[in-house]
Amino acid sequence: MTSNTDTDILAIETSCDETAAAVVRNGREILSSTIYTQIAMHTVYGGVVPELASRKHIEKINAVIEKALADAGLALDDIDAVAVTYGPGLVGALLVGVAEAKAIAWASRKPLIGVNHIEGHIAANYIEHPDLEPPYLCLVVSGGHTHLVVVRDWAEFEILGRTVDDAAGEAFDKVARAIGLGYPGGPKIDAAAKAGNAEAITFPKAKVNGSAYDFSFSGLKSAVLNYLNHAEMTGETVSPDDLAASFQKAVVDVLCEHTMLAAEECGIDRIALAGGVSANSALRTSMERACESRGMKFYVPSPVYCTDNAAMIGVAAWHEMRAGRFSGWDLNAVPGLKLGER
Amino acid sequence: MKLIAIDSSGLTASVAIIGDEGLTASYTVDYRKTHSQTLLPMLDEITRMTETDLSSADAVAVSAGPGSFTGLRIGSATAKGIALALGIPIVEVPTLDAMAYTLWRAEGLICPIMDARRQQVYNGLYTFRDGEFVTVREQRAIGVEELASELNGMDAPGGVILLGDGVPVYRELLDSLLEVPHAYAPAHVNRQRAASVGALGLLLLREGITVTAGQHTPVYLRKSQAEREREALEKKNAGT
Repeated sequence: MTSNTDTDILAIETSCDETAAAVVRNGREILSSTIYTQIAMHTVYGGVVPELASRKHIEKINAVIEKALADAGLALDDIDAVAVTYGPGLVGALLVGVAEAKAIAWASRKPLIGVNHIEGHIAANYIEHPDLEPPYLCLVVSGGHTHLVVVRDWAEFEILGRTVDDAAGEAFDKVARAIGLGYPGGPKIDAAAKAGNAEAITFPKAKVNGSAYDFSFSGLKSAVLNYLNHAEMTGETVSPDDLAASFQKAVVDVLCEHTMLAAEECGIDRIALAGGVSANSALRTSMERACESRGMKFYVPSPVYCTDNAAMIGVAAWHEMRAGRFSGWDLNAVPGLKLGER
Repeated sequence: MKLIAIDSSGLTASVAIIGDEGLTASYTVDYRKTHSQTLLPMLDEITRMTETDLSSADAVAVSAGPGSFTGLRIGSATAKGIALALGIPIVEVPTLDAMAYTLWRAEGLICPIMDARRQQVYNGLYTFRDGEFVTVREQRAIGVEELASELNGMDAPGGVILLGDGVPVYRELLDSLLEVPHAYAPAHVNRQRAASVGALGLLLLREGITVTAGQHTPVYLRKSQAEREREALEKKNAGT
């Protein structure tokens, strides 16, 4: 039932390789969340092909939106605002969602809300944790981003650290390819690591000069490649499972260490995880343990809200709406959109 | 019957409202701003200016390709969004057909060319025979030299009329290759026009040739680079 006081937002997300739409009530309740995943199509290329992603988005977007509305049991008339991811992401992919959302909002005379994809990932935490409110510390880890952020207010972010080279998820993809696990690397490594020994190989932890909170994963990736080359030359057999487990441990350790260091130094006792890599089981477990042992409260979305989805965009949009921030019909895709940028 | 018409297949952004009573509004901008920034504000402007009730539209006509991949998708997504919101169908108008239709009843062979890079153009050939719009060659991607030799071998009593954004790119080359009488259309009729998309779209709409908003996707006439490279690699591997 739609009551007059409920605010229902139709949210659309096409920033990478998932065509997604959702209906979110009052910024917390997910009435529906539809995702058409293109992973199978991109797998044969070993990664996301931007032009193919864009072509698939335009093909599927209406069906995905219609399903989201039907699953929510609502008609477009019942919707109060239309939200869309306008960056960061692949420009051609973003443009499909942006043009579609703008047209729907315009033709149905509803307000339009442009949403930052990364802020959406952070907002995914509000879905299942009604008690979570700023300020808190959030580690955002995905295929394109690795940020350690203090969420000062609903739309105020202070970035403490970031990756100086590869994003964490990128490292997972590259290493998975090198070990022969294929694409997408995150879930493949997670699964292989479960059967492997994380103590089998010790990889170096990259230190970044200047900032204690910054990350670097390119050195770790090279260490894995060197290890593989060396093993090949010496005829040594390598267990892909051990390699996956040891690599994953090296990534997870550094992510947890920096997060704990930041929390202690900033005096923050609420820690959240966000982004596709936060679906990684080892990261979830390690971060939870680290928080528990320090008496900190730990938040993480269910895996389905960690990877790209539109529900999180609808949640973030609600906070934009409450702050009175709407977008114009000239809203454009901004592939390099920064966290907190308006 | 009333149509909202859109063309963002090339550098030109163009929108129009057209119906049985005629062309109510048309707005075309050829300026280096992305279609994402221009198209919907233009549509908003003309519908407000003309106090058009959106619910009176019977369909959305869109220039359905070929063209710039991204430009086509901005137009298509805009059309799909409007059609979804209003619960109306989409009329897919081939880009080059609409460009040729701009030169209604011109004498001769109408030859729109859009720069498709890699020494190719998107092109179709059209003529008006006894007042009827006839497609002589369906739209395709073709090499400029191949097109010129094709035109040289054709019987075109009225000569060839060239138009489109391929003209400034290949005019010199075409002048040196074409042995048949040819001319270049002037500025007011030599680019994509949503009004032409709408006018041709009305004919299709009256014949009931529409698709649902969900069904519509642009016609690219070209595979993505990744697909081409993969196919070339597979071919090479199969050969060895």
